[in-house]
Amino acid sequence: MKVVKIIAVVLLVAFVGIQFIPTTRNQSDMVPETDFMLVNNVPENIQNKLQVSCYDCHSNNTQYPWYNKVQPVAWFLEDHIKEGKAELNFNEWDSLSTRRKTSKLRSIIKQIENGEMPLDSYTFIHRDAKFSEAEAEEIINWVTQLKNSL
Amino acid sequence: MKTIKQKLIIPIIAIALVSVTSCKDGSKNEPAAPMSNEMYQEPMDDKDDMSMSDNQDAKAEAILKDYFNLKDALVGDDNDKAKELGATLASTLGSFDASSYSDSEQQDLKDIMEDAIEHAEHISESDIAHQREHFKVLSKDVIDMVAITGTEMKLYEQFCPMYDGGTAWLSTKEEVRNPYYGSKMLTCGEVQREIN
Repeated sequence: MKVVKIIAVVLLVAFVGIQFIPTTRNQSDMVPETDFMLVNNVPENIQNKLQVSCYDCHSNNTQYPWYNKVQPVAWFLEDHIKEGKAELNFNEWDSLSTRRKTSKLRSIIKQIENGEMPLDSYTFIHRDAKFSEAEAEEIINWVTQLKNSL
Repeated sequence: MKTIKQKLIIPIIAIALVSVTSCKDGSKNEPAAPMSNEMYQEPMDDKDDMSMSDNQDAKAEAILKDYFNLKDALVGDDNDKAKELGATLASTLGSFDASSYSDSEQQDLKDIMEDAIEHAEHISESDIAHQREHFKVLSKDVIDMVAITGTEMKLYEQFCPMYDGGTAWLSTKEEVRNPYYGSKMLTCGEVQREIN
């Protein structure tokens, strides 16, 4: 029992301690000229869906949930956002070559088709980020059109 | 008093444990540790092999060689080997030297390489279904590269109408061995074009 107590105290101290470690926050007021929405003629409903379901991890500006303040959640999010932006950053869309745009659009279509994006761990909390079947189809159709027009 | 403490302790430990493990899971999967490659039969002779490993400015031929090794791994349904060879191809693509080409060709080649590297990197860390999805686009990149660089090799552009609405790839042999289906449909496809 004593051992359990010691472990608990150590963990508690560690838990409190890690709260003081700062994380990089992914926030920016500026939308660069290369942004996906600015260079493509995106219908409003698709814009909204992309903003709500994709932009938190795939742009330079995340709408953070309240619990982001709590470690180790903040690390977990930071990691996801870093990875997400490395894969695709909608803010920097127009800096990609046509070839890479086509590749990215293809990946977007595949990932939505296979239900891989948005991530389950994301939609679990952001319920509104989840695509209904109709929404997924609408987005896939629109992205396919864009891909074919490049 | 004691019971309250005990009641508190358990959830705290639970939270701490969950957070530690989820942190680990959150970190990016490390690429598979390099596995023994000695068993793998290189399709080319030793002389080419030597010049390849010493050559920093990888030429189109070196890229093709790595591409064909990767293709053979996919034909053989070998996920782990394809991961390894995807990483090899990514680094060969990265050291491609386009300086001997015209400005516009250099730009095209740069775009091709950037795209191809990304697909090769994904192949180095994906399951086999994903590897094949990326191989499709990678094949297009390599075909476009050959259109600019040319090659000494005799190549066959092959085409499988069934995979993802129709998909092409390159092979050094005329007979069809399908990298998108592997053993499931090994001979699905046809020669669409001969290069050289």
